[in-house]
This record gives sequence, C-alpha cells and structure tokens, in this order.
Amino acid sequence: MSNGQNGAEQRLVTPGMAIGPSAGIRVGSGALAQNDTIIATRLGWVKEFNNTVSVDPINSAYMPRSGDLIVATVAEVRNNLWFMNINGPFQGLLPMSLAPWKVEFGAARQHMGIGDVVLARVQEVDECHNVVLTMKGVGLRRLTQGSLHSVPINHLDRLRGEGNATLQRLRDACDCRIIVGENGKVWVDGDSEGTAWARQAFDLVRNSGHKDTFEADLTALEKNTPKKGDA
Amino acid sequence: MGGYGDVQLLRDDGLRLDGRKLDEMRPVSIEAGILPAADGSAMVTHGLNVAVAAVYGPMEAHPRKIQRQDRAVIDVRYNMAPFSTGDRIRPGYNRRSREISKVTAEALESVVLVERYPRSKIRVEIEILAAEAGTRCAGITAAAVALADAGIPMRDLIVGVASGKVEDTVVLDLDKAEDNYGQADLPVGILPNTGEIAFLQMDGDLSPDEYNLAMEYNFKAAAEIHEIMVDALKRRYEGGEN
Repeated sequence: MSNGQNGAEQRLVTPGMAIGPSAGIRVGSGALAQNDTIIATRLGWVKEFNNTVSVDPINSAYMPRSGDLIVATVAEVRNNLWFMNINGPFQGLLPMSLAPWKVEFGAARQHMGIGDVVLARVQEVDECHNVVLTMKGVGLRRLTQGSLHSVPINHLDRLRGEGNATLQRLRDACDCRIIVGENGKVWVDGDSEGTAWARQAFDLVRNSGHKDTFEADLTALEKNTPKKGDA
Repeated sequence: MGGYGDVQLLRDDGLRLDGRKLDEMRPVSIEAGILPAADGSAMVTHGLNVAVAAVYGPMEAHPRKIQRQDRAVIDVRYNMAPFSTGDRIRPGYNRRSREISKVTAEALESVVLVERYPRSKIRVEIEILAAEAGTRCAGITAAAVALADAGIPMRDLIVGVASGKVEDTVVLDLDKAEDNYGQADLPVGILPNTGEIAFLQMDGDLSPDEYNLAMEYNFKAAAEIHEIMVDALKRRYEGGEN
C-alpha cells in the first residue's frame, strides 16, 4: 500500500465522485458536502484523518501561504515595486521597502528587470489573495547563476523525503546546490554534468513521483551519477 | 424515405447507415495527460472526431480588465484545424468557433469552482484535429478531462453528448450525414452525478415527446462516456499512490 499511510485504504477519486455520507464527518480540502454526501472536487487520493475526509490532489496550483520560501521570477517592474511570477494563480508583489537593497523611487529597474530570478519569502497573503513577498532575511537574494527547474507541487514531499533525506541524496549525487521553493520551482547551481543529472532526477519526480516504483527508480538513477574528479 | 431530399439515413432494417442502432453511440476513447507542457490535457476520439484539449493555469488574468474580483475567468478557445475536414477550413477564429468557445466557457464555468481563484484565469484550448459531427461535444468532454488532469476543482465531470432526429426518428450521437441531412440536433452538456444540464443547444424542431426521448438517450450516453472519462484519468495515474 502507500508509503505514507501504512494499512490505510487508498482510493483514487475524480471530481463529482461520491466519497461517502457526510453525516458526522468533517469535509476537508478537495471535497464538498452535497445532499448528505461528500463528493470529491479534485482528482486525487481520499484521505481520512481525525474524522475529516479530504482529497489529496494529484495535481494542483501553488497557493501561497505566509512564510513560504519560493523561487520567483520578475514579471513586471514599476517605479517602486516588482510584480513577481510565483508559479501560482496570483502574482506576488515585492515592494522596494522589502528588497535587500536601498532602492530610490524610480530606480527599481536598476536592481532587477523582467526575467530575473529571486529567492524570496511570502510575507503576507490577505483575504483577497494579495501576495506580498520579502527579500529581507537570511539567504534571500537574487539568483544570478545556476538554472531553474519545475517540479509538481504535490511531489515536493517526494523530492524532499523524510527530513530532507532524498533532497540531500540528490545534492550529494550531483554535487550541486539545490534550493526547492514551495512553489514548485527548483534552483540548481553546479557544473553542467551535475545539473543535467539533477534535471533527470526532477523528470523522475514529475513522471513517477506518485508511483510506488519511485524509490527504486531513483536508486537506479543514482547509479548513473556523474563521476567527480575525473577531469 | 429520405429525411431531406433523396438522402436515406435509415436502412430498411431499422438500423442507421453505419449499422448502429438508434440509441447506439459511436466508439469513444479518451486519453489523459498527452501534452507534457500543459498543466492538464486530454484527447478524445469520438467516432471519427478527434479533439485535443489543453488546460493552463490558474494564472494571473491578463489584461487586468478581464479579472473578476470574486472568481476566476475561464478563457476557452475552440478551433478546428484546417485539415480536420475534407474541405480545407480557413485557419483562424470565425463566427462558429467564437460561438462554441463562448458556450463551452459558460458550460465549464458552471462546473468549475471558480470562486476558489479570484482574479485569475484558467485557459482552455480545444483543438479539433478531425471532425465528423459532434465536435463541440467532443471538445467539452476533452476539456473536462483536461481540467481534472490539471487539478482544477470541479463539482463534476461534464460530458458533452448529442442526439437528434432523422427521418422523423430520434437517434443518438449523429454522424456527419445525419447531422447534415437530419431534422434536428440536440447537443447537451450533462453532469452525470447530479443529472444537471450545464449546456443545451437545439438546431431544428423536436416535439416534447421526441425531446424527452432525445434527452433519455443523451443521459444514457453521458453515463457511458463518464465511465470512460473516469477510466482515462485513473489509467493515467495507475500504479500510483501518494
């Protein structure tokens, strides 16, 4: 059965599919109560925990939460702020007051232009889904080297593993710096061989992250690790 | 005798020209997740129709004037490829594709939980690669599977299906000859789990009894197609457990 839920029933449901009666059960995310029945609203696995039924979606968009560490791309520049693409339904707003530099009004473009990639943190998300980002904090910076990759949001746990164990394995295997953003964007910095290998690993997460065979596939991939110190 | 002019659409043995019974659907097959670049995608083969749908988003809605403060906007673009029919179609948007895009978007808006993503846009691209009557229904079905594949929250999987009238007889799922020379066409978008209708158009005339029979056929076909949709989505993730 599942790696995450030993002994628990795993059931794949599609939108509109009845999960069970709603009496006495709380409805969690990915589900809603309709005519005394809980129905799934997403394609995913049914999870039952603490008398709450929810659907763990196979795919979903990134919904920003306060405190998330993300890798964002500049989408628009104004005189005193940047609009950032955070790989979600809403753009993030980075005001110049939360940038790591002293920015004069009208000089935002001199620090970051469209397409620049940054490591930022979600400062605030209000009820209207306005997202404010900050680059004030340890390690938060503009990423000027390395490459950017994508991993489905729902497979981030698979990519990280228990206590970041899998991520550390990847770092060791490819000898690259890897930063995983909560928004599914992954920054990799290292030599070209290591980056190419990391890219294969991300493809594996994307295509097999939901499968039982993921661990075995990753172990097989690790055997093709680029050899270090051959040059 | 023939429905219109000398065209005969029903055989003497009561079957249709392609050998189907009156309430028999053309073969349907669905594959989910065929486009790696899209957030969700699907291909529906319905008889000789081939419809591909790709879903992108939810994403920031641009231009900003199209944003809705309380919900997402569903932007549908239905297009028939120039090579989809025997006679080459002039590429690009036309009145028909504009109309079908609009009605499809409205049908999908009633199913998708758009209030979850205010100010954003969900882009649905429907491309008809081969056409043989019933492309808007195949497009809606493909869009529903692609939306589910993209993880967009929905109340149900909407199914596009059509029935109509040829030679004063109600038939399910018109083919090209029946669509061109028949007396009526009734495409609907059905939510199989609740039995709701999210989209309905009618071309031609049907009596109340004929309409009821046509809808009965449509609901029966919708249940069959819904099973194929669910199977396609499950097949995509088979062997998988989170």
